[in-house]
Amino acid sequence: MNEITLISVISLGSLGTIAAIILYMVAQKFKVIEDPRIDIVADKLPGANCGGCGYAGCRALAEEIVRKESLDGMKCPPGGNEVISDIAAVLGLEAKEEDPTIAVLRCSGSRENAPPKVKYEGDITCAFSHSLFAGEGGCPNGCLGYGDCVVSCDFDAMYMEEETGLPIIKDNCVSCGACVKACPRNIVEIRKRGKKDRRIFVSCINIEKGGVARKNCKVACIGCGKCVKECKFDAIIFENNLAYIDFNKCTLCRKCPPVCPTGAIHELNFPPRKPRPETRTEPAEA
Amino acid sequence: MKTFKLGGVHPPENKLSQNAAIKVLPVPETVTIPISQHLGVPAKPVVAKGDKVKAGQLIAKGEAFISANVHSSVSGTVQKIDEVTETSGYRKKAIIIKVEGDEWEEGIDLSTDLIKSITLSPQEIVNRVNEKGIVGMGGATFPSHVKLMVPQGKKAEFLIINGVECEPYLTSDHRLMLEKTEEMLVGIQIQMKALGVDKAIIGIENNKPDAIEHVGEFLSDYPGITVEPLKVKYPQGGEKQLIKALLNREVPSGKLPIEVGCVVHNVGTSLAVYEAVQKNKPLLERVVTVTGLNVKEPSNFMVRIGTPVANLIEAAGGLPENTGKIVNGGPMMGKALNDINAPVTKGTSGILLFPEKEAHRRPVHNCIRCGRCANICPMGLEPYLLAVLAANKKFEDCEYEKIMDCIECGSCLYICPSGRPLLDQIRIGKNETGKLIRARHK
Repeated sequence: MNEITLISVISLGSLGTIAAIILYMVAQKFKVIEDPRIDIVADKLPGANCGGCGYAGCRALAEEIVRKESLDGMKCPPGGNEVISDIAAVLGLEAKEEDPTIAVLRCSGSRENAPPKVKYEGDITCAFSHSLFAGEGGCPNGCLGYGDCVVSCDFDAMYMEEETGLPIIKDNCVSCGACVKACPRNIVEIRKRGKKDRRIFVSCINIEKGGVARKNCKVACIGCGKCVKECKFDAIIFENNLAYIDFNKCTLCRKCPPVCPTGAIHELNFPPRKPRPETRTEPAEA
Repeated sequence: MKTFKLGGVHPPENKLSQNAAIKVLPVPETVTIPISQHLGVPAKPVVAKGDKVKAGQLIAKGEAFISANVHSSVSGTVQKIDEVTETSGYRKKAIIIKVEGDEWEEGIDLSTDLIKSITLSPQEIVNRVNEKGIVGMGGATFPSHVKLMVPQGKKAEFLIINGVECEPYLTSDHRLMLEKTEEMLVGIQIQMKALGVDKAIIGIENNKPDAIEHVGEFLSDYPGITVEPLKVKYPQGGEKQLIKALLNREVPSGKLPIEVGCVVHNVGTSLAVYEAVQKNKPLLERVVTVTGLNVKEPSNFMVRIGTPVANLIEAAGGLPENTGKIVNGGPMMGKALNDINAPVTKGTSGILLFPEKEAHRRPVHNCIRCGRCANICPMGLEPYLLAVLAANKKFEDCEYEKIMDCIECGSCLYICPSGRPLLDQIRIGKNETGKLIRARHK
């Protein structure tokens, strides 16, 4: 071994040792003391960083849970009750069962139901066309159909249906709420998933008077109030010419959908009805 | 010849209706008068269903500082006060009046005699302009009385009158300058008195030589007013561009023209001020150009506010068969109409009927980084960058890149060889950035 090699090994070795000692001392001096439970909780969370819990990401939710030492009002829409009860077991807390939720589209203004009257050629985003005009179908509250919600979905749970021009929400929706924020018209709502995925909701948010609403869309809620009279559980709230079904009170009895003259109340994932004498009234001419 | 230095485009002028004298359009059967025809707070209706109103009667009162009164443009009965479909398709509140006869409110001078002597004091002039609901007639509809009050600590040196009419197709200001010359000049003198300035410049583009000459003939009677011919370039009618062209002064970013001692008014506004101050007549009619390549008789009409657009098109020879798009305003800044029965408002300067062939946007391709938009931007911005930032929701960066200086003239959209929706994205960016800035000041 020649001299040069020896010198370089010794000098670099000692330099490294000195640097290591300095780094160690600095690390000791500026040590950040973090609750080790945060890491454990964060590991349990799905790591999707969707923001559905209302915090900036999974890590932020973990920090908040450990800081508050309670799971009150904390939820993880993609993970569901499973994840929350897991965390509760680790931290020795009590977890509350939350009903699973899903996003629903409260508009049925497809190309057939609300035929386009004008043609839009500007920037293909809902945000811009909403600021410009009422929409091709003419309904000032209805779905514009340019898919801002689909773009916002991180879970591949939405797609645009070519035929109708409306977005479809698939069953793998985790109700993170990104689409709710993306929609400039607040059409998407987070609702209870319901037993066996069964849901009943008013698929319209148009608050115009009945005649005006019907002019633009065949399946608009015209504010007739028939469903309110039919409901025995006070689950249907009626204001601003629009019916709204409170999912906490609704018992999924299926009485209201048939009385709606325009078919604005939708029922999903129910078995087909038994055929019975036609009682459905024809809609009055608008 | 003078013009502004930075950017600008020169679209085909197509001033088809420039030789058509202003025709008075007959009063329609019903009028729909929106309560919000101006920038700012909507006016509050002061009439009820079933009330009899006369032309010129106050029907909605603007109560805030930036707001404007609305007057009935016809005599008749208030049919209802309801939401009606506006030009955008959204529903806005409006007063619908069924016309009966043509009776005018007392105190309004309907004669055509020219009254030259100005008897009111500056404050009285401002009050009268406010009371009569005068707004900027160029299209932005900013309440004029606000612009006639010089803020404390500032001094106005020049009154600049915008007779540029840089938008292609439109000719309403051009005809006004030819046919109502003296009324307009007296109106300018009234505005000069209100502002306390002794110099006024009328800027007219040199594609209107007859107007430059005609207005020039009267100037000897009106000391302090001069006419300045300008080279044709869009958007010369923007107030910042006009000041730059006429006086070579630059309005600082985010500031108003008063910062450099200027106040800019449109020629149509000057006429409205004349009528309000000398004739006591509220703003209830305006000149509207109805034009288009296939229109039988491109014309200029004196129209009562609230007349359905359909009536105007009918009077100009009917809707051409292959019409693809109807635009409210000029081709550069105007908005497509959603409904042909939408009413004419205080800001409607023209109705354009585009044949199907010209009605559509070009297909959108990728940005080729040619930089033409940055070259022609009259505000010296970089539209391609702003559009990308806005589309990706980087609104803080938008603010840094001065998105709020954009005057939405549409030159970038016009010049882009890839047909990108630059202005659309910038508008969204402006909207959101504005919200961001306002939230910070709260």
